[in-house]
Amino acid sequence: MEKTQKEHQITVSVSPHIKSEETTSRIMWSVSASLLPAAAMGVYFFGPKAALNLALCIISALLSEYAFQKMLNRKITVNDGSAFLTGLLLGMNLPASVPVYIPIIGSFVAIMITKQLFGGLGFNVFNPALIGRAFLLISFPKLMTIWTEPTAAFVRLDAKTTATPLGILKEEGVSKLMEVFGDKINLYTQLFVGHRAGSIGETSVIALLLGAAFLLYRGYISWEIPVSFLGTAALLAWVFGTKGALFAGDPLVHLLSGGMVLGAFFMATDYVTCPSIKKGQILFGIGCGFLTMLIRLKGGYPEGVMFAILIMNCFSPLIDRGFRTKVFGARKLATAKEIKK
Amino acid sequence: MAQTNSLGFWEAVRNGVVKDNTIFKLALSLCPSIAVTNSLKNGVYMGVAVLFVQTMVNITISAMRKVIHPKVRLPIFMLVISGWVTVVNMIIAAIAPDVYKEVGLYLQLIVAFASILARAEMFASKNTMVPSMYDGIGMGLGFLFALTVISFFRELVGKGALWGHALINAKPLLILVLPAGGFLAVGLLMALFNWIDTRYLKSKTAGH
Repeated sequence: MEKTQKEHQITVSVSPHIKSEETTSRIMWSVSASLLPAAAMGVYFFGPKAALNLALCIISALLSEYAFQKMLNRKITVNDGSAFLTGLLLGMNLPASVPVYIPIIGSFVAIMITKQLFGGLGFNVFNPALIGRAFLLISFPKLMTIWTEPTAAFVRLDAKTTATPLGILKEEGVSKLMEVFGDKINLYTQLFVGHRAGSIGETSVIALLLGAAFLLYRGYISWEIPVSFLGTAALLAWVFGTKGALFAGDPLVHLLSGGMVLGAFFMATDYVTCPSIKKGQILFGIGCGFLTMLIRLKGGYPEGVMFAILIMNCFSPLIDRGFRTKVFGARKLATAKEIKK
Repeated sequence: MAQTNSLGFWEAVRNGVVKDNTIFKLALSLCPSIAVTNSLKNGVYMGVAVLFVQTMVNITISAMRKVIHPKVRLPIFMLVISGWVTVVNMIIAAIAPDVYKEVGLYLQLIVAFASILARAEMFASKNTMVPSMYDGIGMGLGFLFALTVISFFRELVGKGALWGHALINAKPLLILVLPAGGFLAVGLLMALFNWIDTRYLKSKTAGH
């Protein structure tokens, strides 16, 4: 019914006249769907606690969004998928072992403070899920760095804690990492599959790449940010990765561990908080990669993806202004001196 | 000139605490409201210091208003303010050395508070001594109130303690005692008070 009415309607307006079928909510739900394999791998490795945390994050994100919009008598947009995506991303960025109140506080900060107080979807300066995580990491430094050892058995409840590969790399160096994982090939495979300690959704690189490939194919994300992000990080890891020797680092370990893949494909590419001009996006990616490696190699935290993306989020408007395209045929306004002549 | 001469005490207090609250309404002097409010003790001492300075400055300026030449009034205001700040500074250093160690620098910075100079310029220099004193007490109480609320909230949630005594045996939200949390706390409380104001007190000047 609705469609036939639309066909007969005559619209008088300026171009564009052909509108795509894409809507914000469709993109949001697609991105959420593309994250599901990685989330499923996380649940597989870290057990029911991971599933509980993911569910809590999503539910409290949706509730926060609903409550805020209800309180301010705004249009309620819980169904557009953006709050769902924020909750899912936040959950995937948490360790599996955190107590139940942490996902709830994180989602509240992400949705209410970072997104809705700035004006809702499209107006937030920072990536909501990442601010939620940063808030939690600063507030609960101990709880947020207890990592569960991955097990393939879903039923085992007495989880052992262990350090993340990046934590080992930071505290004890490459030799210890080799000791834990055996040989290099084994290390790479374990990291690639996701059989390592870490946040729920960041470990399984293969599942994340699967989702990213789907998004790239559908054109929901472009290659500029992930490629420049990962490229810069790999280059810096190769050049400065080993202490005391140049060009001796192991870029693959750095790319496969931590939240690098999740950050580069799913969080740095957030439409609202990254630059919208292609050249600017490359600069944005380079900045993210540089800051990530700076924090990982020289900073106090073992992992720097989150802070790197948040810092670059601040620069997005500036980058967009710097790379603004010239208007064809426009000339510079005459300066005051030229007018005097 | 002296059109607000009939300012009563309770009216002055209501102005200072609700209508023209230095921090929640005028958004002035936000620096100390973030820097010294990480514990209730610091916040209250700071608020009391400002209350004292504001009142004494208003009284002094009002008493001297007929002899101050308009062209040099600002330097003289500053001299009076810094004189009273020195007094407060020494008193607090004597009675609460542990607080002074933490907030001493900000106590000295009371000299540069926009709110104190503004009240001296706008009110005390045009009014007689008694209303000026009421005005100083009102504005000072407003500041004390704001700092108490902010530091109460921050210490309770950020450390699970009040006045240095641990109260809640749970994981506190550590971020609230850090500077970043100070901005968050002030913003949230400002929103809360503006909401109360527009909702229940029906103030016409609400919202900044």
